[in-house]
Amino acid sequence: MELFDNLGLGIETALRLENLFFCLIGVALGTAVGVLPGIGPTATIALLLPITFNFEPVTALIMLAGIYYGAQYGGSTTAILINLPGESSAAVTAIDGHEMARKGRAGVALATAAIGSFAAGTVATLLIVLFAPPLARVALTFGSAEFFSLVVLGLIASIALARGSTVKALAMIVLGLLLGTVGQDTYTATPRFTFGVRELYSGINFVPVAVGMFGVAEILKNLEDEKTRRVITNVVSRLWPTRDEFRRIVGPIARGTVLGSALGVLPGAGHVLAAFGSYSIEKRLSKRPNEFGHGAIEGVAGPESANNAAAQTSFIPLLTLGIPAHPVMALMLGAIIIHGLPTGPTIIQDEPALFWGLIVSMWVGNFFLVLLNLPLIGIWVKMLTIPYRILYPTIIAFAAIGTYSIGLNAWDVFAIAFFGVLGYVLLKLDCEPAPLLLGFILGPLLEDHLRRALIISRGDLTTFVERPVSAVLLVIAVAALVLAILPAIRQKREVVFADEDEP
Amino acid sequence: MLAVRRALRDILAGGVFIAFGLAFAFGALAYDIGTPLRMGPGYVPLSLGILTAALGVAIIIKGFIGGDSEGLTGLDWRPLILISAALLFFGLTIRGLGVAGALFGATLLAALGRSRTPPLEAVAIAAGLTVVSILIFIVALQLRLPLIGDWIPV
Repeated sequence: MELFDNLGLGIETALRLENLFFCLIGVALGTAVGVLPGIGPTATIALLLPITFNFEPVTALIMLAGIYYGAQYGGSTTAILINLPGESSAAVTAIDGHEMARKGRAGVALATAAIGSFAAGTVATLLIVLFAPPLARVALTFGSAEFFSLVVLGLIASIALARGSTVKALAMIVLGLLLGTVGQDTYTATPRFTFGVRELYSGINFVPVAVGMFGVAEILKNLEDEKTRRVITNVVSRLWPTRDEFRRIVGPIARGTVLGSALGVLPGAGHVLAAFGSYSIEKRLSKRPNEFGHGAIEGVAGPESANNAAAQTSFIPLLTLGIPAHPVMALMLGAIIIHGLPTGPTIIQDEPALFWGLIVSMWVGNFFLVLLNLPLIGIWVKMLTIPYRILYPTIIAFAAIGTYSIGLNAWDVFAIAFFGVLGYVLLKLDCEPAPLLLGFILGPLLEDHLRRALIISRGDLTTFVERPVSAVLLVIAVAALVLAILPAIRQKREVVFADEDEP
Repeated sequence: MLAVRRALRDILAGGVFIAFGLAFAFGALAYDIGTPLRMGPGYVPLSLGILTAALGVAIIIKGFIGGDSEGLTGLDWRPLILISAALLFFGLTIRGLGVAGALFGATLLAALGRSRTPPLEAVAIAAGLTVVSILIFIVALQLRLPLIGDWIPV
């Protein structure tokens, strides 16, 4: 069986000592930034990218992935304990989880979140094993026209799930694409928008863009109005759910896992939608719907499983198509490119140890998370007491050093300030940064495939609709755009508010 | 006037996009535009620039139809200036002062960005962070950055 050979290779890679170690570091860091308000996984991964340059590619990706799903986990801890979702998808968990905590059942709520996340993560990892290779084989037949349409679909779909005004999200994407054109043109080597600055010839580095828009802009906004937080400290009286409680969470976990796995593949904030969807399903199916909002354990189990499953399956488009589903995946794509690895469908064939090792490491990481979160919950609660006046200069310091060390280039540090201020202004004007970053990272890919497809078709624009796969992808993209603009759906979307990194 | 005030947030947002879009579009005119078959380096930036500006206009129009500028406050200048200054300081002095000096200056400026932090405490935060960062980045992670820069004779 080829599958078992592959899994064997993955297990062998993931269980190498340094990979285990950095997987643990990754999930621990992820939990920390998930718990800490004011810094999310996007900024953290951007900051730590330069440090991982010295690692082997597989080790680097294992650690970065760990930060991502670790943050999903940490976010629910703060949601339960202080009613402050560290991550947007944990907003749903806060509803009933915090209610449980106020009734003295914080331990059970935390354990339920952990059990649900672990079960969902395990199933979702298996799904990647089963579905990624066939999908990659399909993608291998794609030409430039298909890839162009695929990127367009990815970008459009990401706004269909984002918060607020569709037009603004669209404008942010296009602005991101525009910023992505800075640097030397690949076909003619003409330097574009570089103002004679040599450092800009290779384009604007995506690390300062991500750190500025997600880290610094957020700090500037938080300093405007600091809120005091009240921590529930009498946390852990009893962790393990009773037999009856166990019976109540099995169904929600199973349904949440299925829903989350399906929605996670979608571009945009699939994990947020999954969490909200799971919550409303459980509320509708429950025999005690009136308990929801007052500490129903199903309201923690379902959404937590859903968002964790979605976090795992969002790796599928990245690893099979080379198309990131959201900003964190875009940064992972950046990491893959920086390590000189192939992006897109060939990665499974060319780098089997990396691909399978990463997947197995996700399961290992989920296991570490259970160990880290349940017995060590006290440490994470302590972290919540770090005052913001110390936390934010730390983020600035790490941003400066981390970014500078990529290329010993002072312009990269100046760029953080530029994008920090730009991001802050745009945030105040209700423009979320996620679509811009996605556009920025996918911009060069989009332009490249557009120009190549048109050269192949001899300048005939109809190539995009004449090739069936490309046409279908574009039709879906247009449909998604129409749906996003329709007001009825927009209203619902605002309830499912979402941006990746909101503290 | 009331309409303008209600649409203010969208007018400003649209303005940002129009400014960026036009700047890139005009900049792109300096390069060869080409044809769809042989696109020059200016083709894609020009089209995207025009599209950005057009979306900016759409945002403004939408602002007048159903805009809502509730909760729109001015920029908070103190953190904005001091945190930008912190990053500029780091970039400008990292070669000359080395990690220790550049980092201390940068974290001090950043810490002062919060008006409620007393100056002495800001100094303490900066000193502590400099030491911790050096331990993490230089000692533990072994990044090859000079601890003391060229400007300081040793």
